[in-house]
Amino acid sequence: MTYIPHSPKERDEMLATIGVEKLEDLFQAIPAAHRYPALNLPAALTEMEAATELREIAESNETTNELLSFLGAGVYNHYIPAAIDHILQRGEFYTAYTPYQPEISQGTLQAIFEYQSMMAQLTGMDVANASHYDGATAVAEAVNMALAQFRGKRKRIVMSQGVHPQYRATTDTYTQFSGLEIVSTESSLGTPDALMELIDENTALVIVQYPDFFGRLYDYTKLAEAAHAVKALFCVVANPIALGLLKPPGEMGADMVVGEGQPLGIPLSYGGPYLGYFTTRSKYVRKMAGRLVGESVDSRGQRAFVLTLTPREQHIKRERATSNICSNQGLLVLAAGIYMSLLGKTGMRHVAELCYHKAHYAAEQIAQLPGFELCNAEPFFHEFTVSCPEPVADINAHLLEHGILGGYDLGQDYPDMENRMLIAVTEKITKDEIDTFVAILGEVNHGH
Amino acid sequence: MDIKLDTAPKIVEPTLYELSSPGRVGVDFPDPDVPRAKLPDALLREKLPLPELSEVDVVRHFVKLSTFNYSVDSGFYPLGSCTMKYNPKINEDTARLPGFVALHPLQPIETTQGALVLMYQLQEWLKEISGFDALTLQPAAGAHGEFTGVSMMRAYHRDRGDMKRNKMLVPDSAHGTNPATSAMTGLKVVEIPSDERGNVDLGALRAEADDTLVGMMLTNPNTLGLFDEHVEEICKIVHNAGGLMYGDGANMNAMLGITKMADLGFDVMHYNLHKTFSTPHGGGGPGSGPVGATAALADFLPAPIVDIVEEEADGLPPLYGLVTPAKTIGRIKAFHGHFGVLVRAFTYIAMHGPDGLRNVSEYAVLNANYLLARLRDTYHVPYDRTCMHEFVAEGRWKDAPDIHALDVAKRLMDYGFHPPTNYFPLIVHEALMVEPTETENKDTLDAFADAMIKIAEEAHTNPELLHDAPHAENTPFGRLDEVKAAKDLILCCWLPENYSEQEQ
Repeated sequence: MTYIPHSPKERDEMLATIGVEKLEDLFQAIPAAHRYPALNLPAALTEMEAATELREIAESNETTNELLSFLGAGVYNHYIPAAIDHILQRGEFYTAYTPYQPEISQGTLQAIFEYQSMMAQLTGMDVANASHYDGATAVAEAVNMALAQFRGKRKRIVMSQGVHPQYRATTDTYTQFSGLEIVSTESSLGTPDALMELIDENTALVIVQYPDFFGRLYDYTKLAEAAHAVKALFCVVANPIALGLLKPPGEMGADMVVGEGQPLGIPLSYGGPYLGYFTTRSKYVRKMAGRLVGESVDSRGQRAFVLTLTPREQHIKRERATSNICSNQGLLVLAAGIYMSLLGKTGMRHVAELCYHKAHYAAEQIAQLPGFELCNAEPFFHEFTVSCPEPVADINAHLLEHGILGGYDLGQDYPDMENRMLIAVTEKITKDEIDTFVAILGEVNHGH
Repeated sequence: MDIKLDTAPKIVEPTLYELSSPGRVGVDFPDPDVPRAKLPDALLREKLPLPELSEVDVVRHFVKLSTFNYSVDSGFYPLGSCTMKYNPKINEDTARLPGFVALHPLQPIETTQGALVLMYQLQEWLKEISGFDALTLQPAAGAHGEFTGVSMMRAYHRDRGDMKRNKMLVPDSAHGTNPATSAMTGLKVVEIPSDERGNVDLGALRAEADDTLVGMMLTNPNTLGLFDEHVEEICKIVHNAGGLMYGDGANMNAMLGITKMADLGFDVMHYNLHKTFSTPHGGGGPGSGPVGATAALADFLPAPIVDIVEEEADGLPPLYGLVTPAKTIGRIKAFHGHFGVLVRAFTYIAMHGPDGLRNVSEYAVLNANYLLARLRDTYHVPYDRTCMHEFVAEGRWKDAPDIHALDVAKRLMDYGFHPPTNYFPLIVHEALMVEPTETENKDTLDAFADAMIKIAEEAHTNPELLHDAPHAENTPFGRLDEVKAAKDLILCCWLPENYSEQEQ
């Protein structure tokens, strides 16, 4: 089955207009020795057959629908209001291209403009761009932006180990040819005070996460001041759901607030596609990579929106562009925008509080289990670290036998955090489910 | 255009902020079923100035906005270089299967074998289609794939201890992402001109092919829609200088089952699943840019890739998992790629098979050549030979000096068509880059060609029709004041000043 609409008669008429006899005649420029190679692929399926095959593949997974999940670590299982996907499935949105022709793209443009507005206000910043690929690449672009700010003269980045390990790994890949030095505290659990001591005159950027990867919450105001004292930039990687409740990093003096937008109405979908959000101060807007939508008017006197400051971008500036980015996560931006507008200020706060209360209830219960200890002395939001009496992998294997996806094994990324589990609790988890989880966890110390 | 208004601009659809009313909410959540914990007072936010709307407000707002968009579902979208083919509906359904969307990326692999099998299979298929030995699905978009491939090329030379190589060759017809990617990885970019047939100028290439060469980035077919007639020679020149060939797979829609890029001499290449394999463009994304590589470069692929980690044995199927290549450049994003996009591409390839894929390219090339044949007498085509999936014409005439490609583009909207790409590639004056794709029938192509021919006539007889286009009876909006947008820099909106008073 294909989606080619030509009848044989139409095809032949077209070939005649072109002045060739057969389709093969159009491919004479391809070296004859390499023309029409055999493709060893399975024979075509009809739609009916493909639907069955894909359903079978999908059903061979065990998902968070069947398993009770306490996995977070940067991706969170929040409730997604039904209206979002109904709007996303409108062909007018999902089968459109980048809105380069504003006369016939105002739907996409206004939706991005509204997303930019909500994102800026959620983070307490001045402007947001139309997004990066994900939280990890948004962090890497923040580092690039800081380097550009100092025209490559400052070579030091102070990055907390509490920034998501995969974001730090991505940043390492992005900067491996730039001669950059990325420093952090020796201990995985370095505090903002300890980071402060690493800031020097050669520091371009200080970057932390809020809440950090271990769930800890700090007011970073003093750290921002320390960065600014040497004219370095200060970036916070923030969870957008937490910002429904918590003081926005913009009020702590951040120059950039970036992060993963997945919690804003985007399904888990095995890791993507998600949305990297990126916000900054007005004074840095020209240094920021990525698309931007601005307000203007059209020739008919109507308010209208258009991609703006495009001369920063690769299709105009080529090798002098701030980044090679050439897309944004358009449809995911739309999802996040619909999510924030459906929840509004009341719903955003409500969901954040539900997560907070449930996570704290779970933490309290687990802390009472023999052999388990809550590691978060500082405030936390919806994710926290516990030290366990046995290796996390063993505990998780036991939990899985009972249909539970345990928390993230921090020892995978942090050698000094063996036997520590990172547990996430969202508004979707009920008290009964937490009690079940705690009960099964309680079994591990008795052997099994 | 510079637009002067005496009155406030007319608002066609209010923003969410203008629609907001205190106390509204679009979705309810239950009260907590656990005891309330003490909130961290010092860390609470005081204000959350987001809009407040009911569900019906939100739905009507976005449905209204959707009506302002032109899309593939609503009409012909011959946007050169973008492959705006029809996006099959079944792909949307398969990508939304609960077994896929409810899967957390960090689940144990024993619980995600379906997803991993699908990714493994897709890797194998994309390797087969391009002829490469290894492949990653991780890159999030074409430009991200470029970044991946160029980083691998640099890592390859570094691994050999060859540190002097710092130069990337890029043809003057290349997409802007090619030089931007090279610069992003710290390379010096040298532009290679095209010859009069639209091929890479071999003389200029030879002059730059020295021992400082990292390699060359080549789109083939190139952005003129032409297959480079010397592609094997180009690869040989670059290889003889110790460089590597990067294939920009932007135009793979012309090459499926026609030729394999690895057979031609390319070392590394990215696909654009959102072009070639029909995954929707989504108003700007998400894309997906898998990268294939030869055996010599396989060890440098980003981590992780999907592989069999335990062979089939004792009647048990093989176990699929995520592995890290030996000399990997590292991680290029979080998790394992745009999985939802991969499901769509998998569905598409499964439904085409080898013959169907070859048909895709044959009919994409047929459609482009048909439009070229119908338009070449009206629009000057500077590099005029059999094209592949697209061609580039000029939107200008000596005897209509005030008309530019932009005017032709805007006038096409009046006729109900999305315009071709304009002003790209840079080597064609007033470029109009037309890519019809294989999913359009002859009637649509004829209607488009008729409109283009009519517009060319209007350019001479009634140029104002083009200058004023699009007209109010045809499109919801007119031309934008882009200068004002860049000057005023209004990049977000807020709740009205008196909003909180409404609350009392």
